[in-house]
Amino acid sequence: MDKDMKILIVDDFSTMRRIIKNLLRDLGFTNTAEADDGSTALPMLQNGNFDFLVTDWNMPGMTGIDLLKAVRADDRLKNMPILMVTAEAKREQIVEAAQAGVNGYVVKPFTAAVLKEKIEKIFERIG
Amino acid sequence: MSGTDQENMSDQVWDDLKTRAQALIQKLEEGDSSNIHTAIEDLNAARDRNIYVEVGKLTRGLHEAIVNFDIDPSSSVEDGEEDGEQTSQMTNAQDRLDYVINLTQTSADKTMDMVEEGIPIAGEIHDRAQALKVDWGRLQRREMAPEEFRDLYRRMDEFLEFSGNSSSLLSEKLNTILLAQDFQDLTGQVIKKVISLVQEVEESLVELMRVAGQVEELTGMVRNTDEPKSPTKVASIEAEGPQVKTDSPDVVTGQDDVDDLLSSLGF
Repeated sequence: MDKDMKILIVDDFSTMRRIIKNLLRDLGFTNTAEADDGSTALPMLQNGNFDFLVTDWNMPGMTGIDLLKAVRADDRLKNMPILMVTAEAKREQIVEAAQAGVNGYVVKPFTAAVLKEKIEKIFERIG
Repeated sequence: MSGTDQENMSDQVWDDLKTRAQALIQKLEEGDSSNIHTAIEDLNAARDRNIYVEVGKLTRGLHEAIVNFDIDPSSSVEDGEEDGEQTSQMTNAQDRLDYVINLTQTSADKTMDMVEEGIPIAGEIHDRAQALKVDWGRLQRREMAPEEFRDLYRRMDEFLEFSGNSSSLLSEKLNTILLAQDFQDLTGQVIKKVISLVQEVEESLVELMRVAGQVEELTGMVRNTDEPKSPTKVASIEAEGPQVKTDSPDVVTGQDDVDDLLSSLGF
């Protein structure tokens, strides 16, 4: 796993972005950027050579699930690994995210160990 | 408004209406055409008056519930509010909830500032201790030249000074983190007040429903017997935020549950 890969963290709460950023830094990933919803994240993804997307679901403007679908529908972005980190905990929501092509799903509140495990698993699978 | 009051009220209404209806029948039987019109109007007015009284009471009750809503746990909060000002506190409630968001944000920021400042300090203590340990081991095994020993001696002295200072700095940061948790108390109080406002409003609404039922009875309006249709299931899945009732079968209980569900989907 490339520790220099560029990661975009999308969450409407700055506190949560900061927590994820710190956890990622603790795991050795320091090349991160932040966006506060899908509509600001999407242009960043389209122009920014990101390698990995970590997104919340429930955000004003464009939600995480819509962002996920938009990324999968974009020819240049469709293979980007996406981890959803969200408080949305309904089975149908998780199924929806899986069907939309999410690579991992972490429910809040989460631990550093869970985040690490899911990220490792994603990159193990995609090689 | 107690139930007994309401029943008395209701009886009074019925008596009033009966008296007027009898007066009307009497006029009709007597063929007193000049006064029939007045009698009908009289009956109508009696009915309307009672509806207005009931609706008026309800409106006052509802307004009181809203006006009485004051969620300021300590009057020291800077909100320039005049004493005895009787404006609706609903707008205020929104401000107070914003206050909860701000307070929790400030606290989280402060905590994370301290953690971000503390982690490198702890890291440096660790690194320097590790380095000294290696040389200390060489000293114990008598593998150290006198020149190196003088260097170790100096570094040991520096490290003791550094670790003393660093640990007081870390305790200071830990104390700041501890104090930053004070938001829990403040926000808890504000949220409790909001909950009781919601309860008051709910009770008033139930009362409103009850009176509305009586209004229908009084006016002889036909109740729409069609049950309100349950909202048709939306095709797209909406975000719902944290699930408060985690024991519901359609809600996962934690990360393990998520993992099981995903693996059942071939993940």
